[in-house]
Amino acid sequence: MAPYESAQRTEGDEDRSAGRRRVTRYAVPVAVAGVAALTIGLVPALADSGDPDLPKISAQQLIEKIAASDQQQLSGQMKISTDLGLPSLAGAAASFAPKGVDGEGGSAAAPDEKLMELVSGTHTLRVAADGPDKQKLSILDDAAEYSIIRNGSDVWAYDSKSDEAFHAEDGHAGKDGHAGKGEKPEGKAPEGMPTTPKELADEVLKAADETTSVTVDGTASVAGRDAYQLLVEPKGPGSTVGSIRIAVDAENGVPLKFTLSPSSGGKPVVDAGFTKVDFAKPAASTFEFKPGKGTKVTEADELEKQAPKGPKGDALPFGGKLHKDGKNAEGVKVIGEGWSSVAVIDTGAKDGVPSSKSGELPPEAGQLLDSFGDKVTGKFGSGTVFSTRLVNALMTDDGKVYVGAVDKATLLKAANSQQ
Amino acid sequence: MSQGDITFAGPPGARAAATLGLLRSELGLTFRRLRTLVLLGVLAAVPVLIGVVVRIETGDGSPAGGPGAAGGGGPAFMAQISNNGLFLVFTALAATLPFFLPLTVGVVAGDAVAGEASAGTLRYLLVAPVGRTRLLLVKYASTLAFCLAATLTVAVSGLVTGALLFPAGELTTISGTTIEYSEGLWRALLIALAVAASLAGFAALGLFVSTLTNSGIAAMAGAVGLLVTVQILNTIPQLDAVHPYLFSYHWLSFADLMREPVLWDNLYANLRLQGFYALLFGSAAWARFAGRDISA
Repeated sequence: MAPYESAQRTEGDEDRSAGRRRVTRYAVPVAVAGVAALTIGLVPALADSGDPDLPKISAQQLIEKIAASDQQQLSGQMKISTDLGLPSLAGAAASFAPKGVDGEGGSAAAPDEKLMELVSGTHTLRVAADGPDKQKLSILDDAAEYSIIRNGSDVWAYDSKSDEAFHAEDGHAGKDGHAGKGEKPEGKAPEGMPTTPKELADEVLKAADETTSVTVDGTASVAGRDAYQLLVEPKGPGSTVGSIRIAVDAENGVPLKFTLSPSSGGKPVVDAGFTKVDFAKPAASTFEFKPGKGTKVTEADELEKQAPKGPKGDALPFGGKLHKDGKNAEGVKVIGEGWSSVAVIDTGAKDGVPSSKSGELPPEAGQLLDSFGDKVTGKFGSGTVFSTRLVNALMTDDGKVYVGAVDKATLLKAANSQQ
Repeated sequence: MSQGDITFAGPPGARAAATLGLLRSELGLTFRRLRTLVLLGVLAAVPVLIGVVVRIETGDGSPAGGPGAAGGGGPAFMAQISNNGLFLVFTALAATLPFFLPLTVGVVAGDAVAGEASAGTLRYLLVAPVGRTRLLLVKYASTLAFCLAATLTVAVSGLVTGALLFPAGELTTISGTTIEYSEGLWRALLIALAVAASLAGFAALGLFVSTLTNSGIAAMAGAVGLLVTVQILNTIPQLDAVHPYLFSYHWLSFADLMREPVLWDNLYANLRLQGFYALLFGSAAWARFAGRDISA
């Protein structure tokens, strides 16, 4: 049977062969695919409207702008990408992280473990703040969300995936201070784990001294806002930190984006910034949390009984400065100054790294640990170096741990200088 | 211009009426078929099954899923069902969306053209005063109607079961805020629509497969096979560069409607992706069907 169609689309050009017509028809899906491919390729390029024109200001003025910023109300969406270069994400992160000391918490909604997830991969966060008393931070997951809500003296954490909640009165809430700074909804973040640009910036600015160069490096557009870029670079050699870039809202001085690039180049280690931001007052209902009838609620008091308080988080290296306080944990000592400082922790364990030899671990586990690290020897004896893109750690066989945001050579030099 | 210009020379109003008539008979054919009713019945049973299981498990006051569920096993929203029955709607949709729902859509879409061909009725359909383009559009429209019906079947069954077995009233969004039950119902409807729209791309793909063969069974198997392949590809992390282009990439975005405020980005991205698939495979189906010799 002959095809029914005879002349559509070709406007009376009756001489065309059926094959020709078929080719013409198939051009339609091909064109659809082509247009889609072009759209995918071109739209990001077109959306990049270039850097905004803003009056020039000095680094000092910009830092003052940040310090003077009293933006109390804010809501927005953030994206945080972290690539520490850890061999296997969750497991290895846990072994480097302070949480290891705390033991397992009793609730899936306990904040500390959840926030550790931010140490690897890309996450979408939502933040909202309304003055010093009301803050909220949500980590968005597939079909689930983890929220930390502070409303007056109550701090709630809600994990929608397991439908479990965690409740603390202010006294137990950890570092909820910084009143008046506006956007610190993550009051319960472990110390050393800044999660908003503002907090990250505070850490970096604290570190600015003669070892550090701080300049204004042009402008940028972040989440539709015009921003200045503050560029922070270590001056001395040996640090694994290449540069830190902070985009600061030109109007109200709120840091909008934080990028930490390693000196080894490549993808940033930490890239955290707003993708959407609104400086209007968030709805009051945002900060209200009422556990549902079936929600399992864990009180902070109960948790504390279960798990003894470990040393405050200090494994994360933002500037490597946190150890300087010297109050974090007993047995922590800092060698060197500025960016290339190295922390020494005496764990007291004389066996050092559990290895396949020591017999504490099954041989397979020992081998796994060994495969993450490099065996080294020096004046300090022998030990294992664990490397990431930002932090290097040396665990000696006599139980000392040297940690710093420095390259391996600097780390070994520091260890040698101690003997 | 369409086929109608050649095959039917009547006034435009009559042509529209003929198309509507065809659509009505197509819908009647689809929804009166025993197979369709069985598929819908099975879909309706899923929320009942989930609801009864969760009810039995939480009867003693323990959280849903037992101690092992703390890590979030099972489909999304599972843990919240015992809080509010409305969550059974979302859980049931999340449980059926990866395979069950699209499987039924694959059966209906795959059968749309190839089934007529293998039954020998396609040539009679083409005698109707409606062009091939319109016939294809009518077939796609009735497949989309089935997508909506299948989704609503799951949703309504979940709503009724949830209301019978679990508490109603205010519900907690996944962001931790509380919304009224009426607001929750409204969101449940939006979610059902979002899920139905999620199936539009796969429906077009199934229709395209259906135009490739004269065997209804082969077309159904082809469509369902593609679905399974795509869903397997979706789980291979090494292929994550490809994932954003797979039709199921944004399927779970319907859950963003349960955030407060609603996160629209992925929902829009899903609609764009489904629109792209519908255009691409719709036009491919048209290119194939319009130029094909109909011998059956």
